[in-house]
Amino acid sequence: MMPTLARQKTLTLAQVRDLLGAEVLCGEDLSVQIGEVGAADLMSDVLSLSKPGMLLLTGLPSTQMIRTVAVAGLCGVVLVRGKRPDGSVLALSRERKIPLLGTPLTMFEAAGLLYLAISGR
Amino acid sequence: MDPIKELESTYRVAGRDFPNAGRISTAIMDTLKRLGVNSDVVRRVAIASYEAEMNIVMYALRGTMLLRINPESVTIEAEDEGPGIHDIDLAMQEGFSTATPEFQEMGFGAGMGLPNIQKNADVFEITSEVARGTRLVIRVNQVA
Repeated sequence: MMPTLARQKTLTLAQVRDLLGAEVLCGEDLSVQIGEVGAADLMSDVLSLSKPGMLLLTGLPSTQMIRTVAVAGLCGVVLVRGKRPDGSVLALSRERKIPLLGTPLTMFEAAGLLYLAISGR
Repeated sequence: MDPIKELESTYRVAGRDFPNAGRISTAIMDTLKRLGVNSDVVRRVAIASYEAEMNIVMYALRGTMLLRINPESVTIEAEDEGPGIHDIDLAMQEGFSTATPEFQEMGFGAGMGLPNIQKNADVFEITSEVARGTRLVIRVNQVA
């Protein structure tokens, strides 16, 4: 898991969508403010290192990922590398009210763009 | 009439039931939120409970999770029928795991579950008997 970003600026989920050329797969309210982002495919890392309110970048489109995000109190998910969730993942993210975005960018590119935007460099 | 001092619920967990793995812990989280439990306590209980639930699903035949809430603390007792743990000290070390690649593809089995449960708990007890099963007691205090 990447170190969390210094909290300098916040972005809304709508700004994240625009920055990453992402599609909104689930979620209606994109006004939530994001100040911290973590990138991981290992849910054990998310469960031990994440902070509440963080945005997760991941390439793991599974129901376990959505449940991990729910119990860790994260604000939403960006699926990277064009990964498409199946119907059960979409249904669970709707049920848990977890916004889900999808971007064709790699984890590295998406994390880099968000780092620049939030750190203000 | 006396106010309710303690609430208790028991949940059954089926081994290898991956589609439902985590359902109990999110239900426990929803219950705690509904009762107005402090959000940090909710998060610590939910994370520890989820790690324990995943362990039962991944390694055991079946298990139960008991949730006990009183004004002082929230307790989860997770008990399973399964292979048990040969060396608890080793299992408590970060990075030690007997997980198969199947679990690792789901993002679990990195040898961080038990240490993470301990990190989130104020009281953590683990007992295990090889070829019988494992029992965890996880308590998070509501009052400092």
